[in-house]
Amino acid sequence: MAQVVTSKRGPVTGTATHQRKKRPFLLDLYSTAVGKKYAMGLSGIAMMGFVLFHMIGNLKIYAGAADLDHYAHFLQTLLYPLAPKGWVLWILRGGLISMLFLHLHAAWSLTRLNRHARPVKYQSKRDYQIANFASRTMRWSGIIVLGFIVWHLLDLTFGVVNSETGKMITHPGDEESVKAVYASIVYSFQRTPVALFYVVANILLGIHLFHGTWSIFQSLGWNNPRFNNWRRGFATGFASLVVVGNVSFPIAVMAGIVG
Amino acid sequence: MSNHLKNITLRIWRQAGPAAKGNFETHVVDEITDEASFLEMLDILNDKLVTEGKEAVVFDHDCREGICGTCSLMIDGQAHGPQRGTATCQLHMRQFKSNDTITIEPWRASAFPIIKDLMVDRSAFDRIIESGGYITADTGGAPDANLIPISKIVADAAMDSAACIGCGACVAACPNGAANLFTGAKIAHLSRLPQGQAERYSRVEAMVETMDEKFGSCTNHGECEAACPKEISIDVIALMNKDFRKAKFANRKDLARK
Repeated sequence: MAQVVTSKRGPVTGTATHQRKKRPFLLDLYSTAVGKKYAMGLSGIAMMGFVLFHMIGNLKIYAGAADLDHYAHFLQTLLYPLAPKGWVLWILRGGLISMLFLHLHAAWSLTRLNRHARPVKYQSKRDYQIANFASRTMRWSGIIVLGFIVWHLLDLTFGVVNSETGKMITHPGDEESVKAVYASIVYSFQRTPVALFYVVANILLGIHLFHGTWSIFQSLGWNNPRFNNWRRGFATGFASLVVVGNVSFPIAVMAGIVG
Repeated sequence: MSNHLKNITLRIWRQAGPAAKGNFETHVVDEITDEASFLEMLDILNDKLVTEGKEAVVFDHDCREGICGTCSLMIDGQAHGPQRGTATCQLHMRQFKSNDTITIEPWRASAFPIIKDLMVDRSAFDRIIESGGYITADTGGAPDANLIPISKIVADAAMDSAACIGCGACVAACPNGAANLFTGAKIAHLSRLPQGQAERYSRVEAMVETMDEKFGSCTNHGECEAACPKEISIDVIALMNKDFRKAKFANRKDLARK
């Protein structure tokens, strides 16, 4: 393009000038707000995949203690003996942790950008037309869910706040003992405040997913007039599925159906 | 038959200059016909203020027929007021009732500094347009009309985006002060037409990166679409995001060829 607009990022002309030293491709993309939204969307998809399979896998709780514990053992020894025990699980966890970090960093820097974009707030009350509770509270629902994840790991993964986590059990017909996951879940949810926190956090997760899932389509530029009407429905369906599945576990324990 | 509204209380943002501290000032309009436009109501108020030896309220306006994009105003917390698909100049007092209190604020965004009272400087939009929101002109005589065939569907879609009047309501309404609807509309307008193809990817990268420096980011609330006097769909934002991704790849490839 003929005209060069110089700014603090250097001359902004797309391909026309060759002066600006180009950063590595991904960093260059990530340095823009649109690029950060891509990062938000893609890391969101990765974590959506995780929450969905986490929920589906945990439905095994309804098949009984042996089934759930064997499923947990399967995850811990994924691809064994091709890979050493626990390696594949930790590779998956590493991916998930980096996705979470990326999601948090993008959210944090975009929030900062947005605060700079309107340093003086409206002095009168805004009358929002379309923005809903979910979209307006993404930061809070996200932070509370993050806090829940920390608790959840301390409770059922590391056992810091759960004396049953990490104990081994040999189910009838088994040769080796496996981790007693079922027992630790039942123990955890028999504490009413823990179960209630779990329910509240999962409802917030659902609210976060309701806006996030829809948002992905916009941020990643997946817009097609043929399918646009399905996007809200898909987001509602996905969020509901995850929430109903996850919330059913503490309720089942408290109601005595499981345990 | 026209009706008359009585006793309208206006809370208007007054600010002496860009750096001055502003505050709301209350004025009462005793009687006004419901056929008056919102800006005519402010004209009548200003007449009264000047007669009383007070300073008139400064606000932006020009064509007053909804096509120039000069008028602004945050009216009762909504950009361009309560009527959908309408610029402030086309908003009429029949949208209000007697004894209403109406709060009027300027657009608020760091990219739109307040000049005085309700008037803001929207030249940040010009910077975005300068960085690529045009088609580099051919030299020679004017080409014949319809020389380049464009299907009706494509022409209509481009026109839907081209309807943008650059008023800034999208930025004003956005909780993040983002200009994605404006930039997206300009990009969608040009990238849908054959004339826009030659500079398609350089345009997207340049315009988006200029936008980035001055405005917030999109969190997909959809407030911009609701505020837009031309009812431009946030579909243009998705299209911009898609073209930006493609542009990053395409432009890199072109750079490598040099």
